[in-house]
Amino acid sequence: MTTYQIIDAGESRSFPAGDAFRAAASGSGDIVVYLGEGATAAYRSDASKTAVLVELGTECLGVATDEGRGEEGSNALGFARFRVGDGEPSNLIELVRQPASDPVALEAAKTLFEEAGFEVSVCADFSGRILDRLIRPYYNEALAKLDEGLASASDMDLTVKLGLGYPEGPIELLERTGLHHHHDVTQALFEVYGTKHYAPARRAKVAKQRLEQGS
Amino acid sequence: MTTIKTVGVCGAGTMGAGIAIVAARAGHRVVLYDTKAETLERASKQTAGFFGKSVERGKLTQKQVDGFLGAYTRTTDINDLAACDLVIEAVFENLAVKRELFGKLNAICPKHTIFASNTSTLSITEIAGGCGREDRVVGMHFCLPAQLMKLVEMSPGLNTSDEIFQTAWAFCEALGQRPVKTKDSPGFVLNYFLVPFNNDVIRMVEAGVAEPADIDRAIKAGLGYKMGPCELLDLIGLDTQVLLCEAFYDVTHDARCAAPPLLKRMVAAGHLGRKSGRGFFQYDKDAMFGG
Repeated sequence: MTTYQIIDAGESRSFPAGDAFRAAASGSGDIVVYLGEGATAAYRSDASKTAVLVELGTECLGVATDEGRGEEGSNALGFARFRVGDGEPSNLIELVRQPASDPVALEAAKTLFEEAGFEVSVCADFSGRILDRLIRPYYNEALAKLDEGLASASDMDLTVKLGLGYPEGPIELLERTGLHHHHDVTQALFEVYGTKHYAPARRAKVAKQRLEQGS
Repeated sequence: MTTIKTVGVCGAGTMGAGIAIVAARAGHRVVLYDTKAETLERASKQTAGFFGKSVERGKLTQKQVDGFLGAYTRTTDINDLAACDLVIEAVFENLAVKRELFGKLNAICPKHTIFASNTSTLSITEIAGGCGREDRVVGMHFCLPAQLMKLVEMSPGLNTSDEIFQTAWAFCEALGQRPVKTKDSPGFVLNYFLVPFNNDVIRMVEAGVAEPADIDRAIKAGLGYKMGPCELLDLIGLDTQVLLCEAFYDVTHDARCAAPPLLKRMVAAGHLGRKSGRGFFQYDKDAMFGG
């Protein structure tokens, strides 16, 4: 089994307190895992390790490691356990590589997470990685079409469940996990990519504004 | 309680044949029409095969199937649709083709006959326009494979009467399907979400963000979807995705709906998905590589 050491840098969305992944860590190891919202700031390069893993939010790994000429890469890799808002963390680890990432580090990181029982998808270092980049426009469109009366919320949810086999419709999923969280993620992606499909839908803005005013 | 007894289905492709099975299975007299005898012949074999399996699995008795098939006719003569109470068209996804068909049917069918369109992208109001009975035209979008999928997106056009929509809705429920009401809007709900989503996936592959297998794994493990988008695109057919993009972009002018360059290159290279043995994945006797 791969041994790993955890360095806490704030609250972790991937591995909250009490998570089994934390319990299996040791005081030292071949791999260092920075956890928490401050992980990119806390990151320190360490060439003596097989891999140094940095938990990411919507930011890029390059914020921690720096970038240069599209040739950046080392034993440092980013990761996030996919999770929508207040929903439970999923079984997916999105593992972030840079153009010149060390293949040995990448393989070691994959092995570490797979040994811990996770599915691993590797992706390049872009904000939102794979899933948030794909689903946020879909959620924004669903909210906008609800406003436009395309179908009722129930029918919209039922349609994707029956027609596409999705376990949950977009509206019920956003209600369950917190619409204001969707606002925060899609707003961050909108600021990076600038395309209108990431702009928070009206209902997401309302949810965020209500939270801010303490409602 | 539906007042619809005899159902016509225009177009004996995969979708039309499936809809005809659904109608027959619900006890309706069915007339399946296509201009090509060989298409009807293929549908006939598929239908017999489907019902045969239903008997093998104990879902239907041979006596029931014999009853269904006894009330099921196939024809290349459009005039044979004259006795239908409701006609569902599942012909080529082209506005002019569908409008011409409804115009012909208007001259053939009695005044009470309802026309339904299985379009997945076109406007019901536009399809109905000029057919002579715009108030009796509804959208009934079945999902593939129709004989297995319960969902039907039902849409009234701007001129559809409430009474006719309710009659068609009751008919749909009597078929054992689950209708959902949507506005007459491009792609209704399913394709409105799915076509641009799938294009985003293709652009993600093209941009080198992640490999198809990684994207599919993420979607399934992270969101619990049964099938990854690349696998789904290979099943739909990449050439079909191009057609969907063209239909959608033409109506919406939304950049997400435009066919991504990689999609066009793959189609040009003959990488059409499962049907050609290669798409985002390679297929050999239905075994998947790259997953």
